[in-house]
Amino acid sequence: MNSSNRQPLLQVEHLKQYFKPRRDYTVKAVDDVNFEIYPGEVYGLVGESGSGKSTIGKSVIRLYTPTSGKIIFKGTDISGTLTKDARDTLRTKMMMIFQDPMASLNPRKTIGDIIGEGLDIHKQYTSRDERREKIVSILKKVGLSPEHYNRYPHQFSGGQRQRVGIARALIMNPDLIIADECISALDVSIQAQVVNLLKDIQAETGSAYLFIAHDLSMVKYFSDRIGVLHLGHMLETGTTEEIFANPVHPYTRSLISAIPLPNPGLEKRRKVVGYDYASSGIDYTVGSNHVLEGTHTVFGTDEEIARWTSKQ
Amino acid sequence: MEEKDKILDIKNLDVSFRTSAGTVHALRGVNIDLYRGETVAIVGESGSGKSVSMKAAMGLLAPNATVNDGQILFRFKNSSGEIEEADILKKDKKWIRRNINGKHMAMVFQDPMTSLDPTMPIGRQITEGIIAHLGLSKKEAWEKARDLLLEVGITDAEKRMHHYPHQLSGGMRQRVVIAIALSCDPDLLICDEPTTALDVTIQAMILDLIMKVQKTRGISVIYITHDLGVVAKVADYVNVMYAGKIVEVGNVNEIFYEPAHPYTWGLLSAMPDLSTDDVRLYTIPGSPPNLLHEMPGDAFAARNPYALAIDEKEHPPMFKITETHSAATWLLDPRAPKVEMPAELKARLERMRREAQG
Ligand SMILES: Nc1ncnc2c1ncn2[C@@H]1O[C@H](COP(=O)(O)OP(=O)(O)OP(=O)(O)O)[C@@H](O)[C@H]1O
Ligand SMILES: Nc1ncnc2c1ncn2[C@@H]1O[C@H](COP(=O)(O)OP(=O)(O)OP(=O)(O)O)[C@@H](O)[C@H]1O
Ligand SMILES: [Mg+2]
Ligand SMILES: [Mg+2]
Repeated sequence: MNSSNRQPLLQVEHLKQYFKPRRDYTVKAVDDVNFEIYPGEVYGLVGESGSGKSTIGKSVIRLYTPTSGKIIFKGTDISGTLTKDARDTLRTKMMMIFQDPMASLNPRKTIGDIIGEGLDIHKQYTSRDERREKIVSILKKVGLSPEHYNRYPHQFSGGQRQRVGIARALIMNPDLIIADECISALDVSIQAQVVNLLKDIQAETGSAYLFIAHDLSMVKYFSDRIGVLHLGHMLETGTTEEIFANPVHPYTRSLISAIPLPNPGLEKRRKVVGYDYASSGIDYTVGSNHVLEGTHTVFGTDEEIARWTSKQ
Repeated sequence: MEEKDKILDIKNLDVSFRTSAGTVHALRGVNIDLYRGETVAIVGESGSGKSVSMKAAMGLLAPNATVNDGQILFRFKNSSGEIEEADILKKDKKWIRRNINGKHMAMVFQDPMTSLDPTMPIGRQITEGIIAHLGLSKKEAWEKARDLLLEVGITDAEKRMHHYPHQLSGGMRQRVVIAIALSCDPDLLICDEPTTALDVTIQAMILDLIMKVQKTRGISVIYITHDLGVVAKVADYVNVMYAGKIVEVGNVNEIFYEPAHPYTWGLLSAMPDLSTDDVRLYTIPGSPPNLLHEMPGDAFAARNPYALAIDEKEHPPMFKITETHSAATWLLDPRAPKVEMPAELKARLERMRREAQG
C-alpha cells in the first residue's frame, strides 16, 4: 500500500498512558508510542499480554484521557478536552470491539437493543422496521441468526457473544474500527468468516482497522502493517512482509518463534527462542527509532541495531 | 503395564435450555472418555456445546438447563484414599461444591472476568481456596499463592496480589485464574479457551507449565480451544464437536493427518497457516444449525457438499476406523460411495506430514 502521499486517518504521537493504582505505584501502560494508520489500512498491534495494546485502543477512542502525547483523528486533535463536534465524530466514526465481551455487553439488554444502541443514539433510521431490518442484516453478516434478536448476553456461547460486539461496531460504518482480540474466541471457520467480513466491509466502506490479536498467523494474513509492543514500548514496526521476513528486535524474533503450528509432528519439537527483558541487557528507556528500509523501524541504541542487523 | 485408569466418562449427555424463543437443544448425546494423566482437546464450532458439556461435568449448568439423559461418571481419590466414583448429574450442587469443585476438578474459563471477584484483591482470591481446601495457615497460603503467581509468569507477584482484577491486563487475569485452578492440586483440570487472551510467548509458557504440572502430579487435562496450533502442541486425543454431538474422535495425528468427517475437513481447511496468502480464507458454507429445531438426520448435512440421501433422514452412528479413531458420517458406511477429502486439503495435509518428518 502506498501511503506516503496520503493524510493519515489516525496519528498517535508520543502517547503516554500511565495509571496510578496506588499512591506509591505507577503503571506506565503506554510509554511514548508513535504510529499512524492510513485510510483503509489494517494496522496490526501485537505484543506480550500487558504490553499496553488494549490501553492504546482505549486511549485512542478516549475511554482514557492520555497522560501526554497527541492523538489526531481525521485531522482533529482529540487528545485533550473534547469539543461537542469532536465528541460526535469520535462516537460515530470510531468504534471499538472489546476484548472481554461479557464485561462490555449490558446483561439486561437484548442482543437487538445492544446492537441497535448506536443507531438509537444517532437516530440512524426512520422507522422501527428499518431499525429491525438493519439489525437483522448485520446479525446475519456476523453469522448469527434473527432468532437471536431477543436473547440476552448470558444465553450465548463465548463466540456468539463476541460476534454481538462485532455487529455493534460494524453497524455504524465507522472510519476506524479498533478490534481488540475480536476473533480469538471464535472457531476457525467463523474466524475466517469474520476476517473475510472485515475485509469486505473495508472494501465496501474503506474503513481502517487497528487490529489487536494474539494469533500471529491471523495478524500476518490480515494486516498491512504491524507494530510490536512490549512493556508499553513500540519496539518494531513495518509492513507485514518486513516484520515476518526479517524480524530484527530480539523480542519480535522470540514472538514469531512462539507461534504454535497446527501440525502435531512439527509442533511437538518446535523450539521457542526465549526472551527475558530483565536479563537481556536491553533498556527500553534509552535508544531511538532507526529506520532500516522502507517503513521498517526498530527501536534501540546504535550499537544494538548494528548487532541485531549484522547477525544474519 | 498397569491398566489405564479412566477418570471421566461422559455418556450420552443430553441437555436443553429453556429460552423465550423456545427450547434450545444444546447437547444431543455427548460421549467423552478421559484417562488419568492424558490430555484431551475438544474442538468444534462455536455454539456446538463444548463449554456446556464441561460446565455439566462440573455441576455448573445454568438454571434454565434441563438434563434429558446421560451420565457423567467421575472417579477420584476421596479423603480416605479410596477411589470413589460419582455420577455428577445425580449429586446436588452443594455436595459438588464441597467435594469436587476446586479440589478434584478445577476449571479455567474462557472469560477470566466471570471467575474473578471484581471487588476482591487477587491475592485473597487465591488464598481463600488454599486455606479452605488444603488447610494451610494464612501466611503459608499467601506464600504458596505468591509462588504460584511467579510460576505462571507474573513477575511482580507480591505487588500484584494487592491489585483488583480490573487493574490487570486480560492475559494477567487469565494467569491468575490458572494459578487459582492449580492451587489445590486437582485430579482433573478443565481449561476452556485458557490461552486465547494470552500472547504466544506467555501461551507457550502456560501450556508448558500445565504439561509439566500434569507430568509431575499425574493429572488429566481437558482443553477446549479453537487454536489448532495449541491442540497440536498439547493433545493426546481430540474430540471434534458439531451441533451438540461429538462427530469425530481420534488421536492427535489421526485428526490432523487423516481426518474423516467432512466437518473436520472444513475446520482444517479454514485455518490460516503462516504460508496462507490467499485473498480469502476458506469458510464452511452455510450457517450453524439452529438448535431450536430438531434435526431428523445429520445436523451437518445442509452444509456438507458430500452429503448422501440418508443424511437427511437418519443420524449417522460412530463408525470405527481404528482402535482410537471414529467418526459419525455415513461416508464411512460400507455401502457409501467412495469419497475423498477435497484435493486442496489433501495436498495441504500431505505437505504438513512432509514438514513434520523433514
Ligand atoms: N485501569 C487500570 N488501572 C491500573 N493499571 C491498569 C489499568 N488498565 C490497565 N492497566 C495495566 O496496564 C498494563 C497494560 O494493560 P493492557 O490491558 O493495555 O494490556 P494488553 O496489551 O491489552 O494485554 P492483553 O494482551 O493481556 O490484553 C498492564 O500492566 C495492566 O495491568
Ligand atoms: N443459559 C443458556 N440459555 C440458553 N442457551 C444457552 C445457554 N447456555 C448456552 N446456550 C446455548 O447452547 C449452545 C452451546 O453453548 P456453548 O457455550 O457450550 O458453546 P461452545 O461450543 O462453548 O461455543 P464457543 O466456542 O463459542 O464458546 C449455544 O447455542 C448457546 O447459545
Ligand atoms: Mg488487552
Ligand atoms: Mg465456549
